[in-house]
Amino acid sequence: MSLSSLIMIIISMVFINNFILSKFLGMCPFIGVSRETKPAVSMGIAVTFVMGCSSVITWLLYRYILIPFNVTYLRTITFILVIAAFVQLVEMIIRKFSITLYRALGIYLPLITTNCAILGVTILNTNEFFKDSATLPGSFILSFTQSIFAGVGFTLALLLMSAIRERLEFVDVPESMKGIPIAFIVAALMSLAFMGFGGFKF
Amino acid sequence: MKKLIVEFIKGIIKENPVLVLVLGLCPILAVSVSCVNAIGMGVASTFVLLGSNIIISSLRKIIPEKIRIPCFVVVIATFVTIVEMLLKAYFPVLDRSLGIFVPLIVVNCIVLGRAEAFASKRNIVHSIFDALGMGCGFTLALLIISSIREILGSGKIFGFVLIKGFEPASIMILAPGALLTLGFIIAFTQLKKSKGKEL
Repeated sequence: MSLSSLIMIIISMVFINNFILSKFLGMCPFIGVSRETKPAVSMGIAVTFVMGCSSVITWLLYRYILIPFNVTYLRTITFILVIAAFVQLVEMIIRKFSITLYRALGIYLPLITTNCAILGVTILNTNEFFKDSATLPGSFILSFTQSIFAGVGFTLALLLMSAIRERLEFVDVPESMKGIPIAFIVAALMSLAFMGFGGFKF
Repeated sequence: MKKLIVEFIKGIIKENPVLVLVLGLCPILAVSVSCVNAIGMGVASTFVLLGSNIIISSLRKIIPEKIRIPCFVVVIATFVTIVEMLLKAYFPVLDRSLGIFVPLIVVNCIVLGRAEAFASKRNIVHSIFDALGMGCGFTLALLIISSIREILGSGKIFGFVLIKGFEPASIMILAPGALLTLGFIIAFTQLKKSKGKEL
């Protein structure tokens, strides 16, 4: 592991392989929660937080339980359960300690469990940073960075999209294109723009 | 019998999970690069839907109300693991091209949605027909989108060259093409709906 590989992961996750615009993970909240800027940012922060934490938990589980017992085929089932339980726990803790934070993030937390971006990033981590049940050097740090910046990329796309959609409210769109279809067309144009980042060479 | 057929048909047309309810977008967009992938994904999802609907509907009286969602998730994840292993063993090429989207069937909203809205309330036979209908609707939508993308984006369908000398617009098989196609298809269904017709 070196610093350059860390930086490469950061740039790739935020811009080049943006989770929403080029990998299509987390599409449902992207269309559902992107009507206004404020909830979009809250959702983005919640997703980034859950992604970071669940990547740590699933990494430890995979490395110290699934691999030693040779049951890596149980990956999907354990990961989704752990993520669901973790999200539930976070929701309870937030509700107990900060009601304002709960109002801001709480309603998005149950949605996050079935957000494919979370499970997606943990599976991607195990695919990329473990090879034939052996841990690659620096795999823990790399997978944590990858998850956090996947969340940042998600937030960025959500924020941009919501800002555009706020303006779209006042635009005269054909009747049948209103709502979801025009959101998809906007997303297509954004994704086209983000493809430009693919030209970066390191 | 007639009721069962209604249950089956509604998933394909009136309540098509993708085109009308707009659920399960991630696999739809990511996998629709070619028709072969689309059918693979459709069959895999239908299998998971069918299995989880049967199990959940037969256990619906035993599963406690409060922890039903985790129970559903475990059942679904089991079937996804079965699909994953089957694909790895018998269709390694398809498994590689579907990639991370096979395990992600777990979080496909269609599967959990049907478990919650239908299988946990109705008997097994109805649930089977509902799962088959929804699965076919999902596969059909995938097939429509992927055939548009494959024809325009690589000039082929099911891997066969359609028109010789046709210069394909490769943007259609890249990420923007998926979003664009789905946007226009949903606009089309909304147009039909606003005119008061069924699809």
